[in-house]
Amino acid sequence: MKKWKAYPVNFRIGAVITGIMLLLIVIGFFYTPYNPTAMDNSAKLAAPGLRHIMGCDNFGRDIFSRVLKGMGNTFLIALATVVIGVVCGTVVGAFTGYYGGWLDEVLMRVNDVVFAFPSILLALVFVSIFGTGKYNVVLALGIAFIPSFARIVRGEFIKYRDMDYVKSARLAGVSNLRIIFVHILPNTLTVMLSSVMIGFNNAVLAEAGMSYLGIGVQPPDASLGSMLSEAQTYLFSAPNYAVFPGLMIILMVLGFSLLADGIKER
Amino acid sequence: MTKRRHKFSKVLFVSMLLTLTVALGGCAGDKEDGDSSRIAIGIPQDLSSLDPNIAEGSGTQEILFNIYEGLYKPDSDGNLIPAVASGYTMSDGGATYTFTLRDGIQFHNGNPVTVADVKYSIEKCAGLNGGDPLISAFSNIESVETPDDRSIVIRLKEPSTVFLAICATIEAAIVPADVADLETNPIGTGPYKFVSRSLQENVVLESFDDYWGEKAHIKNVTLKVIADSDAIVMNLEGGAVDMMARVSTAQAAALSDKFELLEGTMNLVQGMYLNNAVEPFDNELVRQALCYAVDKQEILDFVSEGKGTPVGSSMFPAFGKYYMEELNDVYATDVEKAKALLTEAGYPNGFSFTVKVPSNYQQHVDTAQVLAEQYKKIGVTANIELIEWESWLSDVYQNRDFEATVVGVDASTLTAGAMLSRFRSDAHNNFINYSNAEYDAEYEKALAAEAVGDDEAATVHYKECETILTLTAANVYIQDMCELVAINKKYAGYEFYPLYIQDLAKLYIVE
Repeated sequence: MKKWKAYPVNFRIGAVITGIMLLLIVIGFFYTPYNPTAMDNSAKLAAPGLRHIMGCDNFGRDIFSRVLKGMGNTFLIALATVVIGVVCGTVVGAFTGYYGGWLDEVLMRVNDVVFAFPSILLALVFVSIFGTGKYNVVLALGIAFIPSFARIVRGEFIKYRDMDYVKSARLAGVSNLRIIFVHILPNTLTVMLSSVMIGFNNAVLAEAGMSYLGIGVQPPDASLGSMLSEAQTYLFSAPNYAVFPGLMIILMVLGFSLLADGIKER
Repeated sequence: MTKRRHKFSKVLFVSMLLTLTVALGGCAGDKEDGDSSRIAIGIPQDLSSLDPNIAEGSGTQEILFNIYEGLYKPDSDGNLIPAVASGYTMSDGGATYTFTLRDGIQFHNGNPVTVADVKYSIEKCAGLNGGDPLISAFSNIESVETPDDRSIVIRLKEPSTVFLAICATIEAAIVPADVADLETNPIGTGPYKFVSRSLQENVVLESFDDYWGEKAHIKNVTLKVIADSDAIVMNLEGGAVDMMARVSTAQAAALSDKFELLEGTMNLVQGMYLNNAVEPFDNELVRQALCYAVDKQEILDFVSEGKGTPVGSSMFPAFGKYYMEELNDVYATDVEKAKALLTEAGYPNGFSFTVKVPSNYQQHVDTAQVLAEQYKKIGVTANIELIEWESWLSDVYQNRDFEATVVGVDASTLTAGAMLSRFRSDAHNNFINYSNAEYDAEYEKALAAEAVGDDEAATVHYKECETILTLTAANVYIQDMCELVAINKKYAGYEFYPLYIQDLAKLYIVE
């Protein structure tokens, strides 16, 4: 292990922010100071204070508790999206890159078509056909994320497939599947890691955007995006309602961006 | 040299100031000038249709009220006043209605309204030229005759005392017989005529100079679709719209003193409407349990600062003699009782269901959230699903593909039938699939009493219908919502109707 100080500065800052965020998310799964959906008539739009450190929303629900839960929702949706994108993207990219030929041509053209659609637009179309809800949003965003990962992996495979160690493995009679997943894939991990980080950031923002439009997480469940959307009416009367979820989105994205940067520099 | 340049810049400055003043003066002049007077009004959804005879949804009908008229029309007190007709006589104990056409009345295209147009419109709505009747109450029409060019005789199969009220709805509007497609070419007789429309964006109206009655005060009206309820405050403050009906209390609180807030009631019954044909809502005990679990006052407190009138059946206070206040307390909040009923119904551990809510109505969305929270106390999980208004109309209202929905149901006329006819088991607009033989029988009795002109007996039977709806917990009835209208103080003249109507012709400019 390298010493902590040996890592680039942005990596260290990113790691600290991300660490705090992850800690809050994990805490949010098991404990929130208040029930995030419990309403309290006496605390409607309460200002931040000792009882409610981020204040309360228009139903008297504790904003801090909702931010904790909302971060968890946003994080899980972003994670699931990236997992779908990475797994499918890797498989598509690996096969097309390794084999080439007509399979490559067909899949890459399909890839281009999907890639040409802005991910939010694609997700909107998907949701209008299959209905709203977080699972549909995950699926829609996941599909929209496949092409970018597929391209990266394909590029890496094209780079490695004619290298000497691959050729000798092939001469030694190792099966193609084993070469793809055991010999080549591990070499692509560094490149993958930073694109996963960037992809994760995009997924966080996409989720927030979808929930802001009211098609992601459904009320009374919270996500950072849906909280922002609900807070909009109270932007002037209770700015804290919008500020805290917004701040959390910024910190989450900032943390991962710095981390991704740091990984690239390393 | 330098001095002269200095002088030049002074001249330039003064002349610029002058131009500016003139330009500003021009603006002020515009507003005082009656002919270029204008107002922009926000509407929460686009009009579903411009053909009044087939248009669905109160949000559409309340606007079409300004473009079209029936033989009669309601005024702001709920009375029926002559419109396309100038008067009527009833004979044969309510089986024959003879209307007299108003003298000199014109359509927006300049053509005079003839008895042939009236005959065409009534027959179109009654389905006499083939096809289903567009208005179910018009299926009672036997024939429409025009003995001379001023009178229209409508014969009914069964006598009816409420026929006039049906003729005063926007669905029964009189339209020209020679205009094939009202959807693209809406021609009516109302105080405003249609100018243009861009879908999902706006509808432009202009006052009709040859209107038979009191002409509209403001020349140009632009109806802007503001589907995003969060944008309402910004649109009002920014000056993009001057008036918006049905703003929420939260939005009202955010408005500056440039705006006046008028408070009325929306004249509808907001409730969680239950699809009585799907499990578990086909079980009366379950529906009753849902009613007991609700605390209406808490909903009002959370959603509208306590404003609004709780109701207990499908009838709102503006109905006067039909309204039964005592039904409000039939299901006084009682969580234990609700739990007991659920256990009796075979759901001791509760159940979960999906409630579809139109996302453009923030008050319904908020209400659904409070409901969901209240139902947790009896172990019932309500999953909220936000849907677009268009999907609500097609999925929930037409295809009846839903478990529960939070909306407001209004009346197109002040007749009891407007609220109650939809719950007959075979009614085409019975979107909750309510089916109760006792109710159907009671409703028939009310119609029969009406047919012989016995209004008192009819009222008794209608009240019995309301009571049945409450006792069988057809829906979870909540409230007649408070209506807040935000209007720029430059304008005045807004009038609340006991029906779902926005009367734009009464608005005028204050300055």
